[in-house]
Amino acid sequence: MAPTVLRYLLLFLAMVLPLQANAVLKIEITGGSEAALPIAIVPFGVEGYAPPEDISDIISNDLASSGRFAPLEKRDLISQPHQGEQVNFQDWRLLRSEGLLIGKVSSQDGENYQVQFQLFDVYKAEQLVGKRYNVPASGLRSLAHQIADIVYETLTGEKGVFSTRLAFVTEMKNADGSKRYALQVSDADGGNPRTVLQSTQPIMSPNWAPDGERLAYVTFENAKAEVYVQELSSGRRNSVASFRGLNSAPAWSPDGKRLALTLSKNGNPEIYILELASGNLSRVTHNSGAIDTEAVWMPNGREILFTSDRGGRPQIYRVDADGGRAERVTFEGGYNASADISPDGKTMAMVHAVNGKFHIAIQDLQTGAVQVLTDTTADESPSFAPNGRMILYATEQKGRGVLAAVSVDGRIKQRLGESGSAVREPAWSPFRR
Amino acid sequence: MKFFKLFALLLPLFFLAACSSSPDKGMNGGDVAVEERGADTAGVDGQGADGEDMGAEARVVVGEDGYAGNELNDPSSPLSNRVVYFDYDSDVVRSEDQETLRAHGAYLAKNPNLTVRLEGHTDERGSREYNLALGERRALSVRQILMLQGASIDQFQVTSFGEERPAEEGSSDYAWSQNRRVELKYIGR
Repeated sequence: MAPTVLRYLLLFLAMVLPLQANAVLKIEITGGSEAALPIAIVPFGVEGYAPPEDISDIISNDLASSGRFAPLEKRDLISQPHQGEQVNFQDWRLLRSEGLLIGKVSSQDGENYQVQFQLFDVYKAEQLVGKRYNVPASGLRSLAHQIADIVYETLTGEKGVFSTRLAFVTEMKNADGSKRYALQVSDADGGNPRTVLQSTQPIMSPNWAPDGERLAYVTFENAKAEVYVQELSSGRRNSVASFRGLNSAPAWSPDGKRLALTLSKNGNPEIYILELASGNLSRVTHNSGAIDTEAVWMPNGREILFTSDRGGRPQIYRVDADGGRAERVTFEGGYNASADISPDGKTMAMVHAVNGKFHIAIQDLQTGAVQVLTDTTADESPSFAPNGRMILYATEQKGRGVLAAVSVDGRIKQRLGESGSAVREPAWSPFRR
Repeated sequence: MKFFKLFALLLPLFFLAACSSSPDKGMNGGDVAVEERGADTAGVDGQGADGEDMGAEARVVVGEDGYAGNELNDPSSPLSNRVVYFDYDSDVVRSEDQETLRAHGAYLAKNPNLTVRLEGHTDERGSREYNLALGERRALSVRQILMLQGASIDQFQVTSFGEERPAEEGSSDYAWSQNRRVELKYIGR
C-alpha cells in the first residue's frame, strides 16, 4: 500500500510540476484503491509545432487522480508507439497493463492542432476506441480532459467527470490584515482557474444551474446576505433575492427554472421557491420556532431536503416542494446538516457530527444506513460529482481551509490544496450539455 | 436613569478621551473593535490600549446629539460594552449581559432618532448556512431584550454574518468563544 501511494505521489509531482504556474488546486491522492487498473499512457508524439499543453500528461493525471487507474511510470514504458501499427502487444502484456493509450499531436502553424488517440485492450490486441480532432491551441487542455473521459468511460462503463468544473470560494489576507474573497471556477483537476467574482466581503454557497452555465451564490457586498445569479460566459449578474433579513442557501431545481432559497423576510428562516422567469415566490416551510435552511432538490424535482433544528438540533428533513408536512430523514447522531443528493437520488451526503467532530457521511435514502467517510474533524459543504462517484467537500489542514474529495465507498481520498489562500465552499458542476 | 447623572458628571473627561484616542484599529477595518469588554478607566487618559474603541462611531453620533456620543463611550458605563457572547449553538443571552443590553435598550428608548445595527456571528463549527441563520437568531434575541426597554423596532437593523467574519482567528475554544457574539453598532439616524 505505502509504496503505491509513494508511486502515485512521484507520478503526480512529475506530471504537475510543469503545470504549476496555472494550477490553483492540485490533486494529491491521500488514500488509494488497491484495485486501481494499470494503464500504459505513452507520451503523445509531436509533429511540427510543439503544443502548449502536454496532452498525455493531463490525461494521465486525470486518470490517476480518479484513484481507479494506475498509469505506468514513464521510465517503465517499453517502447513509444504513436500509432496502431507500431504497437507490439506482447511487450505491453509483460507490463501487466490492460489498457494502452497512444496518440500524437501535430501542427503546421502553432495555432491549430490535430490530435489523435487510440486506446487498446492489450490482452485482446484490439482497439477499443480511437478519434481524431482539430482544435485551436486554447482548446488543447479541455480536449485532453475530454479524451480522459472517453478512456475512463470505455474502461469502467461509467461517465468520467474530467471535463466538469469546480466552483469554490477563496479567502486571501491583504497586507493590512483585511481580507478579500473570490468565487472561482476551475477544471475538475484544479487547472485553468478563473475568478468569476471578487469582493471585500464574504461569498458563500455557490450552486450550479443544471445547464452548467450559471451560478447562484450568496454575497455580503451590500452588508447583508443576498442571493445573486451570474452567467459565467458573460459575467452578467442579477440580484434575485434581497429581501429584509437573510437571503441565502440557493439551490437550483433540476429543471433549472426555480431556485429554492432560505429567506427570513417574515422573521424566521424558512424555505421558499423562487420561480425565476416570473419572480413568483412560494413558501415551502412553516415553522416559526426553528431554523429551516440548506434546501436541496431530489432529482425528481418534486421533493426538497433541508436542514432544520425544529427537533432541537440540526437534522435533515424532507418536504414536498409544494409544501405540506415535513418528515425527518436523519436519526443517527446529534448533528446532520448540508445535505447533497447523488444524481440517482439514492444517496444523501451530509455533514455528520460525532462528539463535536464534523465528518462527511452518506446515508442510503432507502434503508437509512449511515456510513461515515472521513476521519478529519472540520468537514463541511459536501458536493457530489455528477457521476455520483466522488464527494467533494471542504476541510482544514493545519488550520487552513482546503478542499478534499472522497469516493462514495470511502476508499479513494484526494486533497486539493491551494497555496496562499484558504479554499472552501466547493460545488461540483453538472456534466456539460 | 442613574447612568445619565454619572455621564453628566464625567462628560468633560470623556470628551478629552475621545479627542486624544486614536481611531479604532479593529480587525474588521472601520468596524467597532470587539475588545470593548476590557475598557476601563485607563482609557480615559488616552493611554490604555483598551480605550481605543472610542473612535469612528462616537464621531457619527456626536453630530446627532452632543451628549449621546460621549455617553456611549463612557468606559464605566454598560453602554461602552457593545458585544455580547453566546454559548455553542445557543441564542440565549447570558445573565451577565442582561444589564448591558438593558442599558442599551433604555438609551435607545431615550434617543429615538438613533439606530443600532445588530450583527450576529457564530463560531466556525458546522454548516455555514445553518450558522448564518443562527447568527440572525442571536441578533433577534438581543433585539427582543432591547425592545423590552422601550426601543422601537424601527431603530434596528438586524443582520448576520454567520461564521464568515470571525473576531478571532483559529480553532481554539477561546477563539470560538469570542466569535459567538452579537455586535451592537450605533449608526446616526
